[in-house]
Amino acid sequence: MRKILEALGERFLNLVRYSGGVAILLGQALFWVGVPPLRRRHIAEQMNFIGVNSLPITFLISLFTGMVLALQSAYQMQKISAEMYIASLVSLSMTRELGPVLTALIVAGRVGASITAELGTMKVTEQIDALDTLATNPVKYLVVPRFLALIIMLPILTIYSDIVGMVGGYIIGTFKLHISHDMYVKMTYDPLKFKDVGTGLIKSFFFAIIICVVACYEGMKTEGGAEGVGKATTSSVVTSFILIIAFDCFFTALFYFVGK
Amino acid sequence: MIDIINLCKSFDGHTVLDNLNLKINTGETTVIIGRSGCGKSVLLKHIIGLFKPDSGQVMIDGKDVALMDSRELNNLRMSFGMLFQGAALFDSLTVCENVGFAMIEHFDIPPDELRKRVKECLTLVGLKDIEDKKPAELSGGMRKRVGLARAICVRPKIMLYDEPTTGVDPIMGDAINDLIVELHNKLKVTSIAVTHDMKSAYKIADKVAMLYNGKIIIYGTPDEIKRSPNEIVQQFITGAATGPITEGIDFEHLL
Repeated sequence: MRKILEALGERFLNLVRYSGGVAILLGQALFWVGVPPLRRRHIAEQMNFIGVNSLPITFLISLFTGMVLALQSAYQMQKISAEMYIASLVSLSMTRELGPVLTALIVAGRVGASITAELGTMKVTEQIDALDTLATNPVKYLVVPRFLALIIMLPILTIYSDIVGMVGGYIIGTFKLHISHDMYVKMTYDPLKFKDVGTGLIKSFFFAIIICVVACYEGMKTEGGAEGVGKATTSSVVTSFILIIAFDCFFTALFYFVGK
Repeated sequence: MIDIINLCKSFDGHTVLDNLNLKINTGETTVIIGRSGCGKSVLLKHIIGLFKPDSGQVMIDGKDVALMDSRELNNLRMSFGMLFQGAALFDSLTVCENVGFAMIEHFDIPPDELRKRVKECLTLVGLKDIEDKKPAELSGGMRKRVGLARAICVRPKIMLYDEPTTGVDPIMGDAINDLIVELHNKLKVTSIAVTHDMKSAYKIADKVAMLYNGKIIIYGTPDEIKRSPNEIVQQFITGAATGPITEGIDFEHLL
């Protein structure tokens, strides 16, 4: 019994330590964002890596998701002859939920893992210590460009995902379900309010913070050589995924109750 | 002058430095020897403020490193040059950007002047025409030399060397030793090196200190170290497998 309690206590302490570490890193990142100079070249490089290079995979996943969403809803909607509402269902699902969440999961998997692996390798090869010895703050040099690039690019990728998902739905709606172009477009945009897109973008902004802080924290506390880098990368992706879904649930509930 | 007073440091309950005391005189090259994992690098990282002591002090010119604010610490670090065990070059930057890193970050230096300064530093360590290469394109010995060039680029007053000859072949190791001696003579810096390579220690040291069980157990000139009657010191410097250091350790499993 005592051992179980000890193990639980240890896990709880680790959770507190982890949360504290992440919160401190977030605080440091916010502090250093406000301290000039901003490394524009580094930020642009990161924006290219995080945003531009994620366009193809975001395109494919969003397009297929939009198509699957249209097909799956058609299965039910056809029974009650309400196929035209598929367009609204796809547009609202993409903007409010799937666009932000799918994009965040894609970026957490592709970019978050890469950030952790890069920073983890820098940590175990003493490059982060070297930055300190060269009187350069590692948070300012390494975290801030990634932080800014993520909070700018993830909402942009989310808008892109929303649009591509709707195109996916349109392809199924018009070519397979034979809904007219005009009707599909009208049913896509008519029910869509600024709030629907806005709440999705607010979510994606916070997801960007989660991905960046978790990935950087995991990278900067990496220990134990190549094995440690591998473990940190796995942990970074798993933690980001869990936090994205948990925060998505929290924000959805918050917007639901606030919007009521 | 660097004065280390009653320095203690533990990691996860394991004591690494235990009331360690050491004085390092300005202008001298002090080599800290000891077995792998005995805390030599930890000691070095305390001197440059990368680790905070659990207790005790590291005083540099009368100032406690642990009590410095970030600005003071950065100013202090600009007077240091550090060569890391694996060189710790930034993979994403070219040799030129690596060597001139501190100049780019902290001084508004024109690109031409930066390149000239980098070239000078690379020449000092016996390298040329590699400014545009990436660290991945260099051999182990070249990486160490570039690391050395980066360390001297800000014209430091104190040089720290973490295992300078580890991971390079004996000829390159000796060349790096010569380089350390040459840099010491040319730049008149205070140097602290940690190593378990006794050949290197004898070649570069004015003073040698041995770290054992978290304490400095001997401090003196290389000749004094060689003549020491201390059995622990003798076992280490002669590299004997049997003796007080390895008492109770069974090496049979290695056979």
